[in-house]
Amino acid sequence: MTHPFLILKWLEEQLHMHIGEHVTYTWFVMLVLIALAFAASRAVKEVPSGLQNFMEVVVTGVENLIEETMGPKGKTYFPLIATFALFILVSNLIALVPGFYPPTANLNTNGALALTVFIMTHVVGIKEHGIGYIKHFMGPILVLAPLMIIIEFIGHLARPLSLSLRLFGNMYGHEIVLMIFFALVPFLLPVPMMLMGVLVACIQTFVFTLLAMIYIAGAIEEAH
Amino acid sequence: MEFFAWCMIAAGFGMAIGSFGTGLGQGLAIKSAVEGVARNPGASGKILTTMMIGLAMIESLAIYVFVVAMIILFANPFTEQVLQLAAK
Repeated sequence: MTHPFLILKWLEEQLHMHIGEHVTYTWFVMLVLIALAFAASRAVKEVPSGLQNFMEVVVTGVENLIEETMGPKGKTYFPLIATFALFILVSNLIALVPGFYPPTANLNTNGALALTVFIMTHVVGIKEHGIGYIKHFMGPILVLAPLMIIIEFIGHLARPLSLSLRLFGNMYGHEIVLMIFFALVPFLLPVPMMLMGVLVACIQTFVFTLLAMIYIAGAIEEAH
Repeated sequence: MEFFAWCMIAAGFGMAIGSFGTGLGQGLAIKSAVEGVARNPGASGKILTTMMIGLAMIESLAIYVFVVAMIILFANPFTEQVLQLAAK
């Protein structure tokens, strides 16, 4: 992959260290999002127009999704979920710009995101229920509790693995397929694949966000 | 060299079998979702949302196979040992 940020090459040589591509582009996406938020919220008007209008539509859409998935208590976690949605969406769509590398096509970025969801789930559970959070793991019958705790524990540990691997596999697979198509026929043949890439990016963003919401909502609700 | 030939075969057949099962599963899922929408068009939003989640779950099975195939092909942990054995 090419490196559009030439100053980073110089910086790496000066500092004698290697900065991974995914880290560079993660920072780039973060800067893009910060710039967007800054530009959209400069002149806030009663009747929005232009960029403010667009951002309001996006934020309201995420808000409505959270409301109907998590119920009224989900409003607290709106910043976290909306940040996930925006960050992953921009990271995935940046793959379609020539010369840019999606940070989500690296397992480390997704691992960090999934670990955040995992920790947040249990923090929310303990915050909501206190010591009673253990009832979530004990199953319906008290006799079976030791067995159920082990099973639930393994199930909970598998969640971040599946979250991160799903996103990574989809994005990396798309990259590999595009590379192979470009190597075979570099003219017009990769276009349908790139269109499919837009679809994959949006669907994976939706799925990651929705699963994060469902996990946190599962920690909020009463054990049954 | 036989080792690498078997790696290729394993990756190809694994991908084939994984895609086969995933394709069947996704076909069944979409069939049920479309039937549900045909019966109750009012609930199409929720049905299609659930279908999307399900499809992503099923899709991830094929993607796990893909990741394993990529590991076998490009990041095989046993490559160096096999090459050392072959050099003897």
